[in-house]
Amino acid sequence: MELEVIIEEARQAVEGANTPPELDAVRVAFMGKKGKVTDLMKGLGALSAEQRPVAGQRINLAKQEVQGLINAKVQGLKEAELNAKLAAESIDVSLPGRSIRMGNLHPVSRTIARIEHFFGELGFVVKEGPEVEDGFHNFDALNIPKNHPARADHDTFYFNPDLMLRTQTSGVQIRTMEHEKPPLRIISPGRVYRNDYDQTHTPMFHQVEGLMVDKNVSFAELKGIIHDFLHHFFEEDLQIRFRPSYFPFTEPSAEVDVMGKDGKWLEVLGCGMVHPNVLKAVNIDPQEYTGFAFGMGVERLTMLRYGVTDLRSFFENDVRFLKQFA
Amino acid sequence: MKFSESWLREWVNPKIDTAALCEQLSMAGLEVDGIAPVAGEFTGVLVGEVVQCARHPDADKLQVTKVDVGSGDLLDIVCGAPNCRAGIKVAVAIVGAVLPGPFKIKKTKLRGEPSHGMLCSFSELGMGDDHSGIAELPHDATIGQDFREYLDLNDNIIEIDLTPNRADCLGLKGIAREVGVLNQLDVKNLAISPSEISTHVVRGIKLASPQECPRYLGRIIENVDLTVDSPLWLKEKLRRSGVRSIDPVVDVTNYILLELGHPMHAFDNAKLSGDIIIRHAVKDEKLTLLDGNEITLLENTLVIADEQKALAMAGIFGGADSGVQTHTKDIFLESAFFSPDAILGKGRQYGLHTDASHRYERGVDPQLQTDAMERATQLLLEIVGGKAGPITVAQSESYLPVRNQVVLRKARLAHVLGANIENDRVSDILNRLGMKVVFNSGHWEVQAPSYRFDIAIEEDLIEEVARVYGYNNIANTAPLARLNMSYQQEKVINLNSFKQMLCAKGCQEAITYSFVDPKKQSLLFPEAKTLSLEHPISADMSVMRVSLLPGLLQALSYNQKRQQQNLALFESGLVFSADENAENGVYQCVKLTAVLSGNTAGEHWSIANKARDFYDAKALVEEILSMSAGHIEAEFVPSQHTIFHPGQCASIVVNKKVIGLIGAIHPQFEKPLGLNGRTFAFELNVADIEQRNLPSAQAISKFPAIRRDLAITVLENVDTGKLLKSIEKIGISGLLGINLFDMYTGESINKGEKSLALSIWFQSVDKTLEDQEIQDTVDKVVRHLRDNFSAALRD
Repeated sequence: MELEVIIEEARQAVEGANTPPELDAVRVAFMGKKGKVTDLMKGLGALSAEQRPVAGQRINLAKQEVQGLINAKVQGLKEAELNAKLAAESIDVSLPGRSIRMGNLHPVSRTIARIEHFFGELGFVVKEGPEVEDGFHNFDALNIPKNHPARADHDTFYFNPDLMLRTQTSGVQIRTMEHEKPPLRIISPGRVYRNDYDQTHTPMFHQVEGLMVDKNVSFAELKGIIHDFLHHFFEEDLQIRFRPSYFPFTEPSAEVDVMGKDGKWLEVLGCGMVHPNVLKAVNIDPQEYTGFAFGMGVERLTMLRYGVTDLRSFFENDVRFLKQFA
Repeated sequence: MKFSESWLREWVNPKIDTAALCEQLSMAGLEVDGIAPVAGEFTGVLVGEVVQCARHPDADKLQVTKVDVGSGDLLDIVCGAPNCRAGIKVAVAIVGAVLPGPFKIKKTKLRGEPSHGMLCSFSELGMGDDHSGIAELPHDATIGQDFREYLDLNDNIIEIDLTPNRADCLGLKGIAREVGVLNQLDVKNLAISPSEISTHVVRGIKLASPQECPRYLGRIIENVDLTVDSPLWLKEKLRRSGVRSIDPVVDVTNYILLELGHPMHAFDNAKLSGDIIIRHAVKDEKLTLLDGNEITLLENTLVIADEQKALAMAGIFGGADSGVQTHTKDIFLESAFFSPDAILGKGRQYGLHTDASHRYERGVDPQLQTDAMERATQLLLEIVGGKAGPITVAQSESYLPVRNQVVLRKARLAHVLGANIENDRVSDILNRLGMKVVFNSGHWEVQAPSYRFDIAIEEDLIEEVARVYGYNNIANTAPLARLNMSYQQEKVINLNSFKQMLCAKGCQEAITYSFVDPKKQSLLFPEAKTLSLEHPISADMSVMRVSLLPGLLQALSYNQKRQQQNLALFESGLVFSADENAENGVYQCVKLTAVLSGNTAGEHWSIANKARDFYDAKALVEEILSMSAGHIEAEFVPSQHTIFHPGQCASIVVNKKVIGLIGAIHPQFEKPLGLNGRTFAFELNVADIEQRNLPSAQAISKFPAIRRDLAITVLENVDTGKLLKSIEKIGISGLLGINLFDMYTGESINKGEKSLALSIWFQSVDKTLEDQEIQDTVDKVVRHLRDNFSAALRD
């Protein structure tokens, strides 16, 4: 009878304890050396040998129950304390983070990187060359002799009659073939210059030139790789056509048009089979080797891909424009 | 080249519409640049005759007319044109007509007089800019005929952009030939018969430079009447080809140029003295051109001369003194072949480019001179009358181009195109292009026609076959190649890695022009040996950059003026300077450059605003160097450079080589360059940072690392970087690293001194370091600093 009373008393005391020290006081009051439960144990000695085990067992059970109550409360208090701490630490997760804003590559670089990637996967190696170029590399070796009408078409920036800003990256083809023998697969991105400045021309722009020379390179393969490239570049199954054209350094030559969203053909690149005279100029036998070359305007492709409408915006470097290409 | 569609269809008339025809031309390599109607859109305009014409009773400048349009009743029409008069045939817009605008013709009254229609000028009908008076039609025009029908105005002007190799299409005949090939149709054969010789006057011709002019035909036509107007059909053909009507002789020679692609020239025979000589200009020879400009001829220029003087610049431009005028009685007609090399680039020396030089530079059919002469004679006799003399021919057979013989191998054709085209198709294509073709055991022996002198090698024929067969009929195939791995050096850092890193650090890539304003550049780099363009776009884009800074600073200023403040821009690219030891005398090297201004970050609720300073720029350089092999040795040595603040500038030195510069832009340039606030910049030679070391792995120590802090004071001018580096060099075993964690100047220390707080980390790979060992080492460091930097330990 007395046990139930003590347990009940303990239950109420535990419930009433709201801090670890209060709870510890309750523990001492019941379970301490002079605690109420401990006192009961001490009274066992007065009982007979028959009664003692039974009473002892009951007291032990009571002791366990009280200890259980205390333990549960300890746990409860710890949790409450943690919860209170966490609640105090909660923040407004919607506030903006403290990150540094990333910059990004110029859209022209972005396009060049994509083009390099597509052709890099096919084993085309990136080659670069000088931008101030001599007449041999910019014209003569490309089958454009002095006074050729194509020279006049180029609107070349000259420093002197034999020194100019390159009008095309094709000079890199020549520089490469002067030192390396076929099979060759190269791609050369870079700045080129033409003396022309209006809505659709800037005096400096970028080209990516590609060249493949091997024993069995054909026009059908040129068509294949250009089709593939344009489909991958635009990620669209757009209509493409090859239109006969003329470049002194390729024959047959073609300009390639894609069908724009407005139903009009837009010229995106020029290409052709490397002219035998070009191969001869770098001591490659055109009967043994054939090759194709292509050149594309990076700004034009970038404009089509991302909807840029003013060519000149590429070189104004307005960060509000540039940041759109992050 | 512009031409009228219906003129083309007079020669060859495929059953396809305009759009299909243009598509076909483009796809054959004659790129159609534009299609435009030959006249404005209008209806209800008839051919009429002014039967009566009288002064308007109430208006001085108006006339009251009665016009017959074949409807039975005469129309009352009030007209204000000065050339309106009885008896002329005119274009009449009747009531209900709609003229370009659109503008509807209604019954009206003009100052009280009824007007039931309008007499039209050509410009009112969208046919050119002649609005000086109403259109006068030939007397034989049929009254009542629809005007559009009468002048065949349902026609288009087609403009094609010809590539330099297709000189054969610089005349309508050539384009017709091409259309014939594409549609497998026969083309009209223009019957040109010799004109009757009715006078025997001739002028001698001497070829003094037969290599450049191997053939020259001359003919005198006596007693012409140049007061007449060119007939309307001729004017219209010229107009639809974009050529203005001048006088009947010029119009006829222009017509021949457009029809046959052959330039001609006419002289006033009375102005010539003695024989015609085709020779080089002599030194300081003068010539007044048809446009009135007097030029001094260069000796490399071929001229048409008589025995006295130069008359014309051969194949380029006629002279004023010998030109045909209204009162000219006898003309001397020229039809010549000049070799392209004789004409190429010559006109350009004088800033001249004419329809004639355009054709001669690209090449004229060397067999066409007689046809052109006879055709022109025939038209001139019809229009201006006169008596034709015999043709005088001067030619040097050995210098005339021969028709090229070219072999096309079937196997080569298939190899280059990657496609098999049937033999018959190939033969047909070549035949229709005017080639003489014999197929013989696997190859075609081809003789090109005289007008296709561009056909010289096998590839020329391959291109012709492919072009006519259709590029788009050749299958697309993926290229075949051996899978050879390409050589990639791990030790070389791709420039893109640096660019990506700078982007990740918040910098924006810019691309600026390679040519800059010489004034601004020389302000920043007064010593530089710059290269100047001969003909720049403008003065402020006329010299090649010697640094990327001028361009980047301009871009920075551009953005600052557009409310952009916290800016970090970078660029990589070539800079250029004159250097006789470099290829072509130009040193071209790649730089990586950045400019920074404003705050380190945008305004933020939890970051204090901090203006960028030198160390923000330096952090980027350190990051770049940490990627490359140079970082261990790199030193930032205080230095002076015009462009930078004298107290905030360093050369970046690796292994005694200056690889770049860093600093604050000198405040004196802020205003002239339009910069807002302080700007910090660095520029690095990419060649000096693109090598890195291969990683060489070291075992990680299992023993604890130990830190000791030192606080010292040194004089303020002590180079802290050197001081820190020097500790690494005194040979301390187990030194893991040194970090400067505080730097202080101010009240609690002596003036002129600074306090540095260093943490030094020690670790051994094979034991836990003992206190005594560490203390000994620290003492060594302190002694070193005291001896070499007069450093004192702070309490």
